Parts: sequence; C-alpha cells; structure tokens
Amino acid sequence: MMSVPPSWFMALGALLFAIGAAGVLIRRNVIVMLMAIELMLNAVNLTFIALSRSLGSIDGQVIVLFVITVAAAEAATGLAIIIAAFRNRETVNADELNLMRW
Amino acid sequence: MPLWLFVFLAALAVLAALGVVLQRNPVHCLMALVVVLLDLAVMFIGLGAVTVGFLQAIVYVGAIMVLFLFVIWLLNLQTEERRVAGSIGLRFFGAVGAAALVAELCVFVVKAPSTAGLSHVPPTFGSIGAIAEALFTDYLIAFEATSLLLLVAVIGAVALARRATASRTRSPVPVSPAVHEQIGARQ
Amino acid sequence: MAVDLVIAAIRAVVMLLLVLNLSAILLWFERKGSALIQDRIGANRAAILGVGARLGLPNLGIVNTLLADPIKMFTKEDFVPAGADHFLHGLAPFLALFPVLVTFAVIPIGDTVTIGAHTFDLVAADFNDAALYVLASIGIGVYGIALGGWASNNRWALLGGIRASAQMISYEIAMGLAIVAVVATYGTLSLQAIVREQGGVWFGWLPRWGIILQPIAFLLLFTAGMAESKRVPFDLPESESELVAGYFTEYSGGKQAVFMLTDFAEVALVAMLVTTFFFGGWQVPWLYRDGFHLPGGALVSIPYWAVVVLGVVAFWIKTIFFCWLQILIRWTLPRFRYDQLMRFGWKLLVPIGLLNLIVTAVVVVMAGS
Repeated sequence: MMSVPPSWFMALGALLFAIGAAGVLIRRNVIVMLMAIELMLNAVNLTFIALSRSLGSIDGQVIVLFVITVAAAEAATGLAIIIAAFRNRETVNADELNLMRW
Repeated sequence: MPLWLFVFLAALAVLAALGVVLQRNPVHCLMALVVVLLDLAVMFIGLGAVTVGFLQAIVYVGAIMVLFLFVIWLLNLQTEERRVAGSIGLRFFGAVGAAALVAELCVFVVKAPSTAGLSHVPPTFGSIGAIAEALFTDYLIAFEATSLLLLVAVIGAVALARRATASRTRSPVPVSPAVHEQIGARQ
Repeated sequence: MAVDLVIAAIRAVVMLLLVLNLSAILLWFERKGSALIQDRIGANRAAILGVGARLGLPNLGIVNTLLADPIKMFTKEDFVPAGADHFLHGLAPFLALFPVLVTFAVIPIGDTVTIGAHTFDLVAADFNDAALYVLASIGIGVYGIALGGWASNNRWALLGGIRASAQMISYEIAMGLAIVAVVATYGTLSLQAIVREQGGVWFGWLPRWGIILQPIAFLLLFTAGMAESKRVPFDLPESESELVAGYFTEYSGGKQAVFMLTDFAEVALVAMLVTTFFFGGWQVPWLYRDGFHLPGGALVSIPYWAVVVLGVVAFWIKTIFFCWLQILIRWTLPRFRYDQLMRFGWKLLVPIGLLNLIVTAVVVVMAGS
C-alpha cells in the first residue's frame, strides 16, 4: 500500500479546473457553462480536501462544506435566471443573449 | 489511498470532465458531471473527509444535479448543432487560457516537493463530530450567513423563475370544452 | 488477511442474495396478497407436472413467480423505441437498481459472531457514517428513473420520469429529517450502534425500541419511504390510468424486470430501515447475551449462538411484517392527485419533521447537561 503524495491531488485539481475553464470559454450553451463552473468549483474543493489532509487541519473540509452550500445557492439562482431569459428570448445560447434589455 | 485507486479515479475524473465539456447533448454532459462528482466524493472519503464526501453525494448529486436535469427538460434542450463561426476569438482565448493553465500545472508538478507525505491524523479526523465542532465554533458566523444566503437564493429563484405575467394577467381558469362551446354559441 | 477478505466477501454476497430472493418472493407475496384483498385466487397456473394438486396442496404459485416469471421476462424481446437514446435507455434500469442494492450493505442483520480468531458483526459493511451513506445512495437512486423516462423518447415516459424525480426529491427531505432525528437521539451514525442502543428495557418490561422515543420520526420515515418506492398511494410516476406505465412504458423483457425488482427491493429497504431505526433491528425483547431476562425476574439462559440465531430470525420477522404492511397499504388506499402529493410532502411532512428535529435537539441537549 503506497500512499499518494498530496501534490498529485492538487495536480488533478488543477487539470480539472483547466478543463472547466476551457468549457466555460468554448461552450455557448448557458446551462453547460454553469456545469463547467460547477466542475471548476469541485476542482478547487479537491485541492482544499487534499491540503486539509496533508496539513492535518479540519478547516479545509469546513470550507468545502461552505462551497457546496454556496454552489447550491448559485445553481438555484443561475438556473432561475436561465429560465427567465429563455422565456423572453427563446434561447440558451450565450452569444444570442447579448442585449441588456429587450 | 492506494496508488492504483488514485490512478483509476483520476483517469475517470479527467475523462468524465472532458465529457462534460465536449459532448453536445446537455443530458449527456450532465451525466458526465455526475460521474465527476461521485468520483471526487470517493476521493474525498479516501482522503479522510468522510462526511464531506457523503454530503457531496447527497447535496451535489442528489439535489443540485437533479435541478439541472429539470431545467434541461423544462427548456426542452436538444442536441446542439455543430457550432457556427462567429466566436473564433473566444475559442482562441479559451485554448490559450487552458494551455496556460496546463503549463502552469506542469511547472507546479515538476517543482512541487512530491515526497511530502500525508500527515498523521487522529481516526476521528473528518468525522461529523469534528466537522460540527469547527462549524459551530470558529465558523459560526459564516455558517449563519450561509443559511441566510440560501434563504435569499430560494426567494430569488422563485421570484425569477415564476412567470412574469402572473401578477398582471391572471392565468385563465381551466374550462371544459363544453363551456367553450356554450361561449361560442352565445357569440 | 486472506481469511478476512473471504469473510467480507461472504457477508456481502449473502446479504445480496438474501435481498434479491426477498424481492422475488415479495412479488409473489403481492400477487397473492392483492388476490386475497380483492377476493380472487391470484397466481394459480403453476404446477410442475401437477405436483401441487397431486399432493393435495392448494397451489404452487410461488413456483410461478420464482421460476416461470424470470424465464418469461428474460426471454422476451428487448425492445428499444425508435429515436431513443440507446446507451442511457440500456443503462437506466441498472442505474435504478444499483443504488438500492448497495444500501443494504450497511443494514445490520445480527449480533457479533466469532469464528475461530475472527470476530465480525453480521452486516456486510459496518462503518461509522452508515446513516449518511443510506441518504446518499437513496439520493443517487433518482437518476435511473429520471433517465429511463427521458431516454425512451416517449412523452408518457418523460412525464413519469419528471414526476418520479420531483416526488423522490421532495420526500427525501422528510426522510432525511426523520433519520437525522434518530441519529440525534442516539448520538451515532452507525446503524449497528443504533441497534445496540435499542437493547435492554425500561421499567423492567418495556423494550428500549426507537419507536417509543421517536414515534413521529417513524411515521415520517415510513410514509416518505413508501413515497420513495413509488407505489400506490404515491404511484403518480407510473399511474396506469394517466401515463400508460410512466417511466418504464417503453421497457420490456429483462430491463423491465430489473425495474420491477427495484420496486420490490425498495419495499424491502424501507422495511429494513424502519426495523433498524425504530424496532430494534435484530434485538429480541428481554433477550440478552446470556438468555431471556423475563419481566418477572426469571432467567432462561440459552447459549450465545442461539441468541445470535434468534436475533437474525427476529430481524427477518420484523422486516417481513413491514413488507406485508406496505403491501396491505398499497392495495387499500387510492392514489393521490399530484398537487395533493406535493402539498402532503412539503406542507405537512417537512414542517412536522423540522419540528420533531427541533424538539429532539432541545431534549437531547437538556438531557445531556
């Protein structure tokens, strides 16, 4: 049984974050962009948990709990905004949602 | 966490993350994201954050992702067509940004002291008691603020997502076809 | 090390087989039970070479369900509708069954057993955060149903899938509140520890079962659990008179059998959770490690292995009782309307659960200080 060094977890977190960031930039579907943001949040969570384990401190885990809660709030509001925008514009394409008013 | 488990989970996470970004059907993207979240939940548990890992499965997978699924169905999103040109700049920026992040990651992996082991922790580390103790003492104010944030988010979501016209013109009371016919006959 | 691994594997496999068989027997049980309630004979067409009739037995209907039904179902055409999402359509039944089956891993069915140098509890996987694990796997169970409805490319199925996921998410909250109240009462998340806490008696005769401490949580968990298993009166997702068959309209053959198996496994799961949290799990009233301590003060001592066996038997009797109760309710009550269902969940069960939790927390803190 060989234990994995914490830096590997952080490397994985960084890779997932990069994929999520690329997703936000290349996808135009607002819902998929929100999903990519969730991916980035989770990549950061992984880093928090790995560091919490490596430093032997519980604080990282508590912060992940807060991140999960805030992500729930963010998803609820974000999706509500998408629904409201879809009602008015009949699209979820970020390129077409380019007017501040209608 | 043994090495083989880490390699397996990491490979699965990266593959599924690519699936989130590259697939064209939103439901498939969502399922890929569910795989990533469960994968990370297992990793959290392997790293000693047992409570957080289970909460990730309960809250993220069991609630937030189902909300996404509802919205995808509500808006009846279908598979997207291949992207039309028009945002070359964004795509370029995306590629450059991701490449920069990956480069940074490579530097990080090379430079980081890879021999740094995991510190020894007590067996109760990451148990619900330990989390609760930190949550309700050091982080009490943040905890209460988060609960307020959730309440505001719920109210905001309801206010945003309900039909804007509901207050002005009340939605018509459903009437049976027979009533319609009577109205039509009178006119 | 190797022996420990073998023991762990045996525990997991035995639990899995017990659950699968219980689910299959429940299918027969329900057919005969419904027939009894509706004054019919029920499943009566199975007799291997007329054995049942020749021996003068009423029938061998159980053979019908345990042998003939699976053979019939798995040899039927596996139909995939045009325009369906093939991958998710095939995956959905297993996505529904898997979370239910893995939940049984943490349910304790007996006391500690010692074989040679190895001591273990009669539970497939005993760990400290079992209650959270139960909630997590029930939460993941939504996906199989929801995706089964979506991937079928059928409006009825999609409606059923949407109804099912909305219903399951709503009632999960009431279920979680009930489980949290129990966890707060006993101060542990391990199901085996919760069962152990329910051993012993009050006043010399009253078993210390959870139902006496948490009667409201019992009603909540049982009601919400029945809603989770999507059976009448909560069978909106598959209501035959409205949605053909709901989310599994487009399923046939083996995959449909898997959905049915999921239904009955959920019935068994709810029965086991209720038994574990509120009816002492494998605890037999007045039975301790050395024998029965009867209320009068008499002691009937029996060997320890018999105590363990009695515990396992008691667990299964309680489980089957609650399976029977669910089947009785399922064939007695009419179906809710959708708004009634949502109002019942959100405006009745959730506030009651919150109130129960607050009262529990206050009492626990007062008792602790």
